Amino acid sequence: MTFLTANKVKHYFGGLCAVSDFNLDLRSGELMGVIGPNGAGKTTIFNLITGVYQASEGSIQFKGTELVGKTPHQITALRIGRTFQNIRLFRDLSVLDNVRIAHYAQADYSPLEALLQIGRYRREEQRIIENSRRLLAIFHLEALAGETAKNLPYGLQRRLEIARALAIGPELLLLDEPAAGMNPNEIDLLMEFILWIRKEFNLTILLIEHQMKLVMGICERIKVLDFGETIADGTPEQIQNHPKVLEAYLGEGPVG
Amino acid sequence: MNGALVESREWLVAQRWLLPVLILIGFGLAFAIPEYGWFNKYVQLVMMYVGINVILAVSLNLVNGYMGEFSLAHAGFMAVGAYTSALLTMKVLPVLDYPALFPIAILAGGAMAALFGLIVAVPSFKTRGDYLALITLAFLMIVKSLIENIDYIGGPRGIPGIRKLTTLPWVFFWVVVTIWVIRNFVYSKYGRGVLSVREDEIASDLMSVNTRRVKFLAFAVSSFFAGIAGGLFAHLLQFISPRVFDIIKTTDILIMVYLGGIASIGGSILGATVYTVLLELLRPSTVAAMLSWLPDVVFEPLNEHFIQHLGIWRMVIMPLALVLVMIFWPRGMMGLREFRWFIPKRDLEAHHRGAEHEGRHDVPHGQ
Repeated sequence: MTFLTANKVKHYFGGLCAVSDFNLDLRSGELMGVIGPNGAGKTTIFNLITGVYQASEGSIQFKGTELVGKTPHQITALRIGRTFQNIRLFRDLSVLDNVRIAHYAQADYSPLEALLQIGRYRREEQRIIENSRRLLAIFHLEALAGETAKNLPYGLQRRLEIARALAIGPELLLLDEPAAGMNPNEIDLLMEFILWIRKEFNLTILLIEHQMKLVMGICERIKVLDFGETIADGTPEQIQNHPKVLEAYLGEGPVG
Repeated sequence: MNGALVESREWLVAQRWLLPVLILIGFGLAFAIPEYGWFNKYVQLVMMYVGINVILAVSLNLVNGYMGEFSLAHAGFMAVGAYTSALLTMKVLPVLDYPALFPIAILAGGAMAALFGLIVAVPSFKTRGDYLALITLAFLMIVKSLIENIDYIGGPRGIPGIRKLTTLPWVFFWVVVTIWVIRNFVYSKYGRGVLSVREDEIASDLMSVNTRRVKFLAFAVSSFFAGIAGGLFAHLLQFISPRVFDIIKTTDILIMVYLGGIASIGGSILGATVYTVLLELLRPSTVAAMLSWLPDVVFEPLNEHFIQHLGIWRMVIMPLALVLVMIFWPRGMMGLREFRWFIPKRDLEAHHRGAEHEGRHDVPHGQ
């Protein structure tokens, strides 16, 4: 079954081609990694999938629905969740509210019902609270529900960001450099953690990462980008020995 | 001693049933005060101005505080509401025979202002910050010059002879409605959406918040109540002209909002009350009356050289006070905080409830 497919996606920033002829065929339940040097266009691809940027050419489909032309909130409501390279929590709001906000599309009541506190309003609000508390409990953040998000230590902010992404009830989760700023020991735990949420929440995961240890350790398939072009695609073993990948990462062989 | 004080305060805060009781008492007073003349007419007038200003400040806070934009258009929305309702009570609705039609005129003023609010919301989709502030300022000027150029509604001369239909109970009623509705909005998914737009609009969109819809709603609700306040204002002052609704009026409301504190309904209530009352207290006649107990030797020169000139100086003293507040008290009286009675019980509980869902221990924990 086709889950997420990208077909000949191109994106330009002015005259600069940030992504050229990007193809993707992600199967349901898969865990795929996207790697590449800085500026290779990895985050741009996430932004194209989630609608932050509109692809200049090509098509992206999620379970048969065309994503190009949709706004980010419409795409997110199709149950695609994401995190950010540099954490983007709602810093001045409480931990609980960060997670509650991500329930926006699921909360089924109209503005009038909200303003007058009638109809489905109370029941839906209660349900959102229950679900948010449940997520926070799973991530060991429940005791911090009333804390302002910016006061959390870095590691907990990362965790809260994933909890928030899961609050939209995703089938596809996009993780943008989840291991940024972590030491090898923390990366081991993170790998375990990613595999665990995949199983627990029944997710398909696409992740961007610089840490080879994590990518090689848990991804079933890897895509390598350089200057907007896909230079390799395959299993970790295939990628490790791919000449073009070695070239992109280590430079060309010694002259002469 | 201090501990006991904190405890009794906590106890008081927990008695949420007091709020409806206080509202009922407030209603009783609103009827009784004019009926039995418990305060003189001037004090009653100030009370009504306080109420109208509370409506204005609470509604402006929705856009400037909760959404984090800087709107200067509030006096414009107020003008729309004032003119709409005044024209209705003077030319269309037979309010003399049916006084019950008055709230309908007020509502119509609010609805018309909300329509204009929707128009101003459109540029906010693409623009933020300083540029949006300029657009709202332009809107205010457009409304003013439109009114000035339509002869049918009096042009620059305005509309005199509006019936005095605004009474203390009506003002109190609309204050309660405003606070209740805006509080409901703020603690719904739409209100949280507004907050998330302030924090990080792109992240908000990516957490499924329909940011355009949320902005539409915030502007519509905010301008609706500005229109309501305008209607009450027109039927209290009994005279409106474009000059009443200029940038000075907007500035007054801004001062109330920032003095009270952003993103706080309680703050706006306090800010509007304190500002309105202080401005009245600084009137020469009020100050003279308050200091008249002084011996004549002191009072006469004080009166001649200082108090009689307050009329000019009070417009300097108040902004100066605001500058000092902003420097030493940048969040205002209760910025980002709220009266606990206004916060829905389920919100309070959800933020503070202990770990009744025990943390699950099969989760890899290190991340």
